[in-house]
Parts: sequence; C-alpha cells; structure tokens
Amino acid sequence: MLKQTPLHAIHRAAGARMVDFGGWDMPVHYGSQIDEHHAVRRGAGMFDVSHMLAVDIEPREPAASQSGGRDFLRGALANNVDKLTAPGKALYSCLLRPDGGVLDDLIVYFLREDWFRLVVNAGTADKDLAWLGALIAERGPHLKLTPRRDLAMIAVQGPHARDRVWSVLPAARAGSESLKPFNAAQVGEYLIARTGYTGEDGFEIALPAALAPDLWQALQAAGVKACGLGARDTLRLEAGMNLYGQDMDEAVNPLESGLAWTVDLTSPRDFVGKAALLAAHPSRQLAGLVLQDQGGILRGHQQVTTAHGDGEVTSGSYSPTLSRSIALARLPARVTPGDVVHVDVRGKPLAARVVKPPFVRNGKSLID
Amino acid sequence: MNVPADLKYTASHEWVRSEPDGTITTGITDHAQQALGDLVFIELPQVGRALKAGEACAVVESVKAASDVYAPVAGVVLAVNDAVVAAPEKVNADAYGNWLYRLKPANPGDAAKLLDAAGYIAAAGES
Repeated sequence: MLKQTPLHAIHRAAGARMVDFGGWDMPVHYGSQIDEHHAVRRGAGMFDVSHMLAVDIEPREPAASQSGGRDFLRGALANNVDKLTAPGKALYSCLLRPDGGVLDDLIVYFLREDWFRLVVNAGTADKDLAWLGALIAERGPHLKLTPRRDLAMIAVQGPHARDRVWSVLPAARAGSESLKPFNAAQVGEYLIARTGYTGEDGFEIALPAALAPDLWQALQAAGVKACGLGARDTLRLEAGMNLYGQDMDEAVNPLESGLAWTVDLTSPRDFVGKAALLAAHPSRQLAGLVLQDQGGILRGHQQVTTAHGDGEVTSGSYSPTLSRSIALARLPARVTPGDVVHVDVRGKPLAARVVKPPFVRNGKSLID
Repeated sequence: MNVPADLKYTASHEWVRSEPDGTITTGITDHAQQALGDLVFIELPQVGRALKAGEACAVVESVKAASDVYAPVAGVVLAVNDAVVAAPEKVNADAYGNWLYRLKPANPGDAAKLLDAAGYIAAAGES
C-alpha cells in the first residue's frame, strides 16, 4: 500500500489525479497542470511536499556549544556549512559517495548550533538515513538523527505567496517578514523558510501534521491554488533546477550535472567525495535545450547528436510559460550555448538550441 | 462518463461518427483526454495515407507522455483538423467537438461493427 501524507484525504476529495511517486500516493494535478503552473508564476500556488523528509541533527545530550552537527556536516556534505553564519540560513548541497557519485540533493538549514535540519527527497529518504546513520556512528556518535515524520510540509509559491501566507497566519508575519531568500525561522509551531523549487518567491512551511489540513484549506480560501506534481515538474524545469533520479544519480558526479556551483572545493575541509571530484576531468556537462523544430516534446532518455559527440536528454517537458518544449541534457563538455543539436524524438532528428539554464526568471523568458 | 449515444467507439478510446456521405470522422474520447491531461502536441496522418484497422496513425502528447492514436477501421485519410494541431488544448476542452481526421472507409460496413456507447463504457471501465 502506498504511503499517504496528512493532506491525502483533501487531495482525494478535491478530485486530484493521483500517482505513485516514490511509494507515496500523490496528486499529479487537480484538473489542469498547465493552469496550476500559470497560477504559481502569476499569483500563488501551493504544493503538499510532506512526502519529502526533514531530518534533524542534534547532540544526544544537551551540552557545550561545539557538540552540534556543524563539524559532522562539514565532512558529510559537498557544499560548505561554514557559509551558514547566521541562524536561519540555508544551503543547497549534494550528498556524495566517496567516488563522487550523487546520493541525493538536499537543503541544510542552520537553526541553532545544536540544531541543523536537512530536507531530503522522498524517494531517497531511506537511503539517506542509512548513509547518514552509518556516517554519524563513525564520525559523530555524540549526535542523533531524528527523521521528522511527525511534520507536514506545504510549499506556497508565487509572487503573492508570502502575502497569502500572512493573510491566513497573521501571527507569523512579524517573525517571517524580514526573512531573506534562503533563510528560515521557527515561528510558533511553523518553521517558515523562504525557499522553493519553482523559481518564484514564496515560503516552505513545516508544521505538525495535525495542523496541515486547516492551513491548506485556509490558504485555498485565501485564493492560493492547489498544485500537483505535474506543475511542480514544469516549474522547476523552467527554473533550471535539477531533479534527483533524472538529472543526476549515483552514477554521475555534480560536475557533470550542472552542480559544480554547489560544491565547495576551495576550502581546506575534507568531505566525502572531495578527492574523487578533485581528480575528475568531466567530459560531460548538463546543458539546457530549447526545441526549435515541430514534431514532438523533448523527454528524458532521448538521444542527442552534437558536433562534439552524442548525449542524452535527462529531463524534458513542455514549458507552459514559454509555450515550447525545453529540456536538460547531459552533453559533451565542448558543446556551447547557441549551438544547434539534434534530438531523436520518436525516430526523427529534431533541432534544438543549447542554452544556459534557467529558462525563466521572475515569470519572464531568459532564452529569447 | 461522457459518452455520446450517437457515436461509435473503439476499446483504444477513439470515437467515430459515420457521415451521410459514407465517410467517417474520428477523434479521441473524453475519457482519453482526461486520462492524458493537458495536451500540448498533436501529430496527424498525411492526407492520402492508407491505414489498416488498428494501425497507429497519429500521436497526442500531454505534458507528461506521448500516446498513439489508432485507426478505427481500414481506409484512406481524407482530411486532418489543423485547428487541433495549432491548439491541442481544444481536445481537452471538448473531445467530441474537436475531430482529429476523416477517413474514407475501405469497407462501408466496418464502422457499424464498432462498440456502441454502452460497449465503450464497459470496455473503458476495465482499462
């Protein structure tokens, strides 16, 4: 039987088309994924992301200041948690294997020196917990990992998202109004983070599961549109954001996946995977594609022919904001933005232009 | 389920209307457009192409996936609906009011042997 989030009954009652996503029964859309996509770019939409997992890292014993998770995370994550200087700051990072392969991508929040939170993907949560558990036993036995399955998470995204959140949670306004992007604050029962996976402004809110249905319905009454995984995918692709399992996995490293910017190789700190990345000479890159020819839609696994060798689409879809098909693709390193390549779409070679993602920012096209 | 009584159907979710001049008009059912979701690309067969019954002859793509459309009966393609190629979302809005293509059937009696509305509802319920 599929796992269900605290909002499952609400999705079903709303007539959502449901799908098995990483073992969870999740809404793909509530009628039109294109309408949901536009609602996020133009106003406010919300996503049930309770299938993802928040994992807290804290000392086993309340103790002196240096016993928190910072030192452990310095060695466990490819990005450098020492960038998190002020409480509330968050960071996007890969979790790597020693050979540089990507186990997952995640966001790490520095809440207090004795409280760090990771938010990991639904499909990799068990794997990540096992990996981190083994690493903690070896390197940080004074720490404990707490998977927060007691929490629901709702992402409210769009230019009007924060206003809508404050309209239904007025008591939370004072504590979250001055949050800069990629910062979070615990405001009463809500951990409010100015983060998201859509390229729009907004808040991701973690809250006790029992409070989630009321908040969802209050947001809906305030005009926030319920949005499913279909819109989530087209929004993140337009924003040039990777999807674990498609754009990267354990068989590739961050440098071949457009994620070199998330890896800090300059500081002296050692971390799992560092040696492998320093030794790597990536022959491939992750690039953006915009379909030029008519004839179909770019999709994952389609083969790409370029002047410098072959490649493959990793994530492809239709972009509702741009009204054309876009994709991320793993291509030879020598391919450059502006090049025209050909993608095998159901047996036909269709021309596509190489671009540097993102494709859309602040609701506007960046590619033409 | 929205299944007009005056049309015929295939188990692969195509509808068929027999025209007074002996030709047939065909499209995909409301059940199909709902299952597919927002359509973003439609490819139709070439006018003049000869089709066998059940042959994959068109493609409808939603944001999520591509789906083949099958010839309901053997025949020759007479016309295609350019309006749905230009605006695939019309098929979502009204699947029966937006045809895909017209056929001259190879055998005049073939369309009558297709599923009626009740037969399609039963077949669709099992799929």
